[in-house]
Amino acid sequence: MSYIQAHQDQVLQLFLQHLQLAGTALGLALLIAFPVSIVIARYQHLYGPVIGVLDAIYTIPSLALLALLVPIIGIGRTPALIALVAYAQLILVRNIVTGLRGVSPAVVEAATGLGMNEAQALWRVRLPLALPVIIAGLRIATVAVIGIGTVAAFVDAGGLGTLLFNGVSQNDPAQIEAGALAIAVLAIMADLLLRLVEWWAGRAAGGTA
Amino acid sequence: MPAVAFEHVSKRYSTGEHAAVKDCTLLVETGAFVVLLGPSGCGKTTLLKMVNRLIEPSEGRITVDGEDIHSLPETALRRRIGYVIQQVGLFPHMSVEQNIAVVPRLLHWPKERTSERTDALLELVGLPPDEYRRRRPRELSGGQQQRVGLARAIAADPAILLMDEPFGAIDAITRARLQDELLRIQAQVRKTVLFVTHDVEEALRLADVLVVMREGRILQAAHPRTILSQPADPFVAELVGASDLLRRLSLIPIGETMHPLPTGKPAELPIIERRESLRAALAKLLDSGGQSLIVVDSGVPAGLIELSDIYAAARQAPSAEALPA
Repeated sequence: MSYIQAHQDQVLQLFLQHLQLAGTALGLALLIAFPVSIVIARYQHLYGPVIGVLDAIYTIPSLALLALLVPIIGIGRTPALIALVAYAQLILVRNIVTGLRGVSPAVVEAATGLGMNEAQALWRVRLPLALPVIIAGLRIATVAVIGIGTVAAFVDAGGLGTLLFNGVSQNDPAQIEAGALAIAVLAIMADLLLRLVEWWAGRAAGGTA
Repeated sequence: MPAVAFEHVSKRYSTGEHAAVKDCTLLVETGAFVVLLGPSGCGKTTLLKMVNRLIEPSEGRITVDGEDIHSLPETALRRRIGYVIQQVGLFPHMSVEQNIAVVPRLLHWPKERTSERTDALLELVGLPPDEYRRRRPRELSGGQQQRVGLARAIAADPAILLMDEPFGAIDAITRARLQDELLRIQAQVRKTVLFVTHDVEEALRLADVLVVMREGRILQAAHPRTILSQPADPFVAELVGASDLLRRLSLIPIGETMHPLPTGKPAELPIIERRESLRAALAKLLDSGGQSLIVVDSGVPAGLIELSDIYAAARQAPSAEALPA
């Protein structure tokens, strides 16, 4: 705690940087995951291969993935974002597809039978009903990205990982503790916030249906 | 011009070599209540879903109001045809009001017109709008949900209504009440209804035209009384219980067999409403131990019915208007 008090500005700056990195990564990840998931939910035979690839990426240790990206892309924010987006894909795609598939077939049949086209059925019925499951996926992905984001400091992308790396190299346990604490606070805050959103989405989707 | 015409319609699924629907031809007159009856797997639901193109026929042609349904875009066709399914399929994230307004919204009705229509429909299906408009589907009983399902199906006033076992998942008492209400609503709105069921009692009760199906074929299409009195084959006879005299009597209204009221008849006899069936008259006669009943039309004596009339009606096959098969 004393480290944080003594270096308030630096910790706050790294905290915000971390938040921004994670937020950007999640935003990009969602932009990719939505279209991919909608296509997979429609052409179900694609599910196996796509999830297989994403699963394989997910198993690569984060430090190793970053190390592999450096010779190709260099250091900085870009390799860190690529790695975070790649890790989030598996969680997001799996949850969005599960959410879309989980919508009751009777409800989808009603939407079609009443004369909605595919886009209308998706936007007005399937996505709103899948939202609780999608938000749950977003919450898990967020916590994962905040955690994995600490490694971004390794490629000079900043964030709270900086405190951990510096603490180790400078043999400064107080700095390591401060970094770990700040990351935990960020992850817990994000988790709680998204739990709230998830609860709200569940209510909006009409409860269990 | 028939409201819906099936012309040599067949449906084969590539997976199985047997056809789900085989060479079905059926003309449905405007305003008719047509019930498709048969055991599971007989093709009745497949035939129904081909009308709004949820299933495409492999062969044959279907027309709606004389137009080939393939000349219209699917969505435009479906917005013109009401659709009610057994699992109801209300949208759980929308209020009752929003559910009913789905098709009017798709058709870009003005807000005012939609909300007036929604209220009128809620009244029609017996759910007071002030109480139910804002409820979510999960706050309704199964029977109430299906009432909303019906209101949603007829929201944009389609001329044709498809109903796929709408009361199949509803308890017997509620089902009977919903059948009565459906007949009352039908008398008011006069849709051309295609109704799928495997419940014989329900079919006999609702149908103007009963279509009996088996293994993808239409075995007989006629008024329920004709089917009971002249079943096309032993399967139809057994399915509808044609040998059940009481069932037959239950389909004959008293008004058809009664005599004019003779003058000077003592008014001490039990009375029965004209719209009741001969079965009800028989029950009343057995109960009273007498030979005749006074028939009343909304309280006013209109005629007389005797036990011998019921005997006669039970013995002879009632003349009935046969319909094209």
